[in-house]
Amino acid sequence: MSTPISMSLVQRGHDIKIHQKIAVGFVVIALIIQCIYWFSQASQNASAWLWISILLASIGSIGYTITTYKQEVKGIKNNNNWFSSLTSRGALAWGLAVFLTGFYIILYWYPALLGLSENGISNTGLIKLFDPLSMTLKGSSASQWFVYGTLYTLIILLMGIKFIYKYRHNRYQIIRTLSVMFFQTAIAFILPEILQSLNQPYNDFKNIWPLNYSFFLDWHIDELIKNGLFGYFILFWGIISFLVITPILTYFYGKRWYCSWVCGCGGLAETAGDPFRHLSNKSLIAWKIERWMIHGVLVFVSIMTVAALVTRSTGFSNLFLFSSYDLSKWYGFLIGSVFSGVIGVGFYPLMGSRVWCRFGCPMAAYLGLWQKKKSKFRITTNGGQCISCGNCSTYCEMGIDVKAYAQQGQDIVRSSCVGCGICSAVCPRGVLRLENGSLDIDIRAEEKRTLHIN
Amino acid sequence: MISNESEYPFSRTALMYIYMGHQRLDDTKLYEDEFWDKNRIGRLKSTVLAIHQDSKTLTLSDGKIVSYDKLIIATGSKSNKFGWPGQEFNGVKGLYNLQDLELIESHSKNIKKAVIVGGGLIGIELAEMLHSRNIQVTFLLRESSYWNIILPLEESMMINREVHDNGIHLRLSEELNKVIDDGSGNVKGVITSKGTFIEAQFVGLTVGVSPNIDFIQTNPIETLNGVLVDEYLATSEPDIYAIGDCAQLRNPIPGRKPIEALWYTGRMMGQTVAHTICKSPVKYNPGIWFNSAKFFNIEYQVYGEIQAKRLNHIHTLFWMHPNHKKAIRINFHAYYKNVTGFNLMGIRYRHEVCEKWIQSKTSIEEVLPNLSLANFDPEFFNEYESKLIEQYNQVNGSSLRLKSKRSLDLVTRFLNKVKPAK
Repeated sequence: MSTPISMSLVQRGHDIKIHQKIAVGFVVIALIIQCIYWFSQASQNASAWLWISILLASIGSIGYTITTYKQEVKGIKNNNNWFSSLTSRGALAWGLAVFLTGFYIILYWYPALLGLSENGISNTGLIKLFDPLSMTLKGSSASQWFVYGTLYTLIILLMGIKFIYKYRHNRYQIIRTLSVMFFQTAIAFILPEILQSLNQPYNDFKNIWPLNYSFFLDWHIDELIKNGLFGYFILFWGIISFLVITPILTYFYGKRWYCSWVCGCGGLAETAGDPFRHLSNKSLIAWKIERWMIHGVLVFVSIMTVAALVTRSTGFSNLFLFSSYDLSKWYGFLIGSVFSGVIGVGFYPLMGSRVWCRFGCPMAAYLGLWQKKKSKFRITTNGGQCISCGNCSTYCEMGIDVKAYAQQGQDIVRSSCVGCGICSAVCPRGVLRLENGSLDIDIRAEEKRTLHIN
Repeated sequence: MISNESEYPFSRTALMYIYMGHQRLDDTKLYEDEFWDKNRIGRLKSTVLAIHQDSKTLTLSDGKIVSYDKLIIATGSKSNKFGWPGQEFNGVKGLYNLQDLELIESHSKNIKKAVIVGGGLIGIELAEMLHSRNIQVTFLLRESSYWNIILPLEESMMINREVHDNGIHLRLSEELNKVIDDGSGNVKGVITSKGTFIEAQFVGLTVGVSPNIDFIQTNPIETLNGVLVDEYLATSEPDIYAIGDCAQLRNPIPGRKPIEALWYTGRMMGQTVAHTICKSPVKYNPGIWFNSAKFFNIEYQVYGEIQAKRLNHIHTLFWMHPNHKKAIRINFHAYYKNVTGFNLMGIRYRHEVCEKWIQSKTSIEEVLPNLSLANFDPEFFNEYESKLIEQYNQVNGSSLRLKSKRSLDLVTRFLNKVKPAK
């Protein structure tokens, strides 16, 4: 059998690059349109320009996906990750990190720069661009949060398509990604806007306390109660989600049901953050810092919430040295804005896609406690097949040193594991499987097998 | 631990991933750096020139003398070269250790074409590596189909196809004749046994490995191809042991080779010798054969005995996906019906389950209905066990059916891993 191939491979690589550049060009034009709109203070044809820029961004993004992966045989696509500037903390990565952190700073603290106007004056700039869409969905003009929510959802959808195409040989990855795309679009983005248009309180039903730290704050409870029956339902749902649904689902499936199937932060990390997953730190020291920080935040949010509830019921506000109002203000600033937003997403290109989920998210901490103590979930190691290559650890976005367990035949039970399944996907020897079982639930993590010494 | 290869031990099986940019060298270290000091394992970056078993000392390349109570030789392999004309030119390399990778890295910068000679596991890895850098690769195989001394024909043909699908020029039944240089000692191409000239700025020689034991040839330690060891992995000299690729068993386990240059056997030998030097000696027993590899995108796992050539007393049940990327093969004894081997392509099976079936000589007719116990593919993947059973039923007129879906609890019970109630 002799099978000469007419098309030179070098030439093929060259073609891919040109097509990729054209595709990126579309996205750049879309960004330029939004920037021109932002800075020129134009106010004409917002609807048309918004849709044109979304269309261009979509064509560019999907075009990039196809030109990158179509000509290659299905399989793991990690070539050159540590050589490319964007994915190995090079100049492009730093540029992107500065851009993202800058965007978040403006979004949180200087929304006027985006064109937000208050007191009934109509919006200008970038926010004006999103007014028509906002009008359609909820019947009022856009806020900076509407702009953010729209872009966030769009990015999860486009990068989700890219992720699905990249892992098209892996049905776990496809179904999981469709799930995060659905929950972001339907439950986090569209449903709350529709609720508002019906004069109901804004609510994202999958955003559970303590991730949703303001859920039990005075003003939020007031707002819910004011809305009568439906408000009470939301309050009831919020309590049930935390107290009943989370423990039950985590018992059966591990925290992955939330972190890598439902959650919005997880949704962005798994899609847009995928090219950066290998940048997470795998060291023991990082693990130690992680445990202190994430449980610290869980304690912080609990104190803050208890203080707020005590203040609400007794009127006594100085419960823990600080006033409960100050506590929630500081939590909102430090954790809600700086940590989860500016650092959480802004540092994707430098520290990997799960900085917030790993070091800061109190919901992840809460889920992690259940996962560690009472869950059927673990990652099983397949006998003695591990070759210690390290791909599992490298591509673990949560910085778990998976290999350390796999190479000694130990199953992996870690509170931080979000069950994304990428360790199993990149393993070249079929060693890892995410699975649930109840018979050995209390000894999941204990056994270290001596490998084939009888 | 005395080695001149790297500062800290790393996984050589991961060298390809470093070249392809999946990982950095640091990512492939076996343990975090603190591990070694914490466990009081010293490291010396040096080369051993000579062993003096009488005084129990070693002479190192920097002139230092190191003494030992017990010595373990684990020097691995070196790439074979069969004296081809031109094999010493710049840009002709094998792939085994970190230094090889560094040389391959420097010789393959900005080149357009490469030739790989010899098709085992390292050859196909090297093809994938060079391909990842957009280098056009020609793969010369002496055999008429990839790795057909190990793989049955069907599986071997699947890999031919996969290699081709990835854009590699596969030339079968063709060997290297000589390497041609450009007049200044840099490789320009090769001439094959069919007289064809193939342009290449890099030539990979991957025609097997042999024990790296040149430095002990002047020593009384008995060697043949490798360092001869008994079942406790002890050499002919007191307190000297040999493990891994460089060790040759005097009495190999029936059906197994005296030298098995494999990651897994190396690791098991390491564990065995650790028992021995820690004064609870055990005999080396690698158990039921297993191995794995990945050929471009097709993962490969084997448990038990799978012969490349059909044997009369062994029947084989083989199913292949129409896309030629997935296959399951189960071998069983023609009369006793006990399963003897599993060969998996693009599908993952559980090591312990397959091993237990083979070890306890379970009948194929009991294995097939329970095959879901073995399937280790990720959740939501298509399962093909029923197709295999269908095929068996058609040939044998039986009416076997899958008993259950995949379930970890069933596996736990099957393997008796439930903790007894206190």
